[in-house]
Amino acid sequence: MGRKQNRARSPSPAPEPEAAAVEGEPSVQARPPMEVLYCAVCTFPIEYCEFGSSITRCKEWLKESNSALFDELYSDEALQAKIGTLSLEAQAKLEQDTAKKEAKAEAKADAALKKKLASQITIKRIERTKRKHVTAIHGLEAFNIDLKKAAKQLASKFATGASVTKTPTGAEEIVVQGDVAEEVREMLEEGVGILKGVPADNIEITEEKRKKGGD
Amino acid sequence: MFKKFTPGSDISGHTPVKSSVQRSIRNSILSQWKIEPETLEAIWPKKEGLVLVKCRDHISVYTVKQEPLFFQHFDESFFPTLRLLHKYPHILPAVKIDRGAIRFVLSGAQIMCPGLTSKGGELPPTEAALQAGTPVGIFAEGKEHAVAVGITKMGTEDMKATNKGVGVETTTYLGDDLWALKAL
Ligand SMILES: [Zn+2]
Repeated sequence: MGRKQNRARSPSPAPEPEAAAVEGEPSVQARPPMEVLYCAVCTFPIEYCEFGSSITRCKEWLKESNSALFDELYSDEALQAKIGTLSLEAQAKLEQDTAKKEAKAEAKADAALKKKLASQITIKRIERTKRKHVTAIHGLEAFNIDLKKAAKQLASKFATGASVTKTPTGAEEIVVQGDVAEEVREMLEEGVGILKGVPADNIEITEEKRKKGGD
Repeated sequence: MFKKFTPGSDISGHTPVKSSVQRSIRNSILSQWKIEPETLEAIWPKKEGLVLVKCRDHISVYTVKQEPLFFQHFDESFFPTLRLLHKYPHILPAVKIDRGAIRFVLSGAQIMCPGLTSKGGELPPTEAALQAGTPVGIFAEGKEHAVAVGITKMGTEDMKATNKGVGVETTTYLGDDLWALKAL
């Protein structure tokens, strides 16, 4: 195991001698915080990437962003050293688990993407009175569009009221005052503002006529 | 505590903490952790207001400028968040688990005595033994940074003697839903 390695790992978490000295007498200075490098992919301190579900991407990222650290962490000798007191069998099991976890996470991400691509956005033109309409937009959240922000964007674009409301099924939708269904479709197709990432084929406009005797 | 934690439904509200209460929290932390007043002042300056984020199951998370710094169950001990412990690892006494136990802790398991007493693990020496109910930083074999924060369920000497059952209860760990919340 390299000297560097030793140095990085050896500060035992137990209180260092100086800590004891500080405790008794009043010290004047605050201790500076430790700097920890967190992985941009899995958010863990990089030494824990091996326990996450994205080790392949974690390694790619580290190699790109800090190749010296990458070498230190993933060199053959570092890999040997980190096995520590774990038996070879247990280490093999761990690696197997990591691979499995990763495959599972990827499958999950794939499924989520598929689901997203299959998600439908419904723009419903609802007739309130003979001349008054509202437009309800349903399903934006599947494309990671923040509904509140989207409502704000639509309200200012059409200079009208727009709000996020709960539907009877518990989902949320945006209701815009006025008939703006076609315009909303265009905005989604062009990806205006935050209304991005929706394939045109997933957008559907429907119509809801006024029930007789309504207001 | 934070294995399945959804901010949307598990948080009941944010309230600024009264200054008299802040004073008593500050004193509790100074007595419960191994922290110098100056370091605590750097983490949580007196002029910055503390905000109590009330959560389900009587969990209170405290934030300063929206950053979660510590939490508490009922009026029991205060625990630093794992991110705070990463910055100031000396503020809690340390225990160490062996490499084999890491993945269990990362899935939210409690820490069994054998994971602490085995060759890769580490408990404080007899003269620095910890009593049951002490907040600890949970470190791991071959790793520099803590993997979790927890509380001893028995004295560390008992862990060595009986070597059975849960030695340390994990309160927050790397990758749980509190870890995911950088701002609250
Ligand atoms: Zn990573």
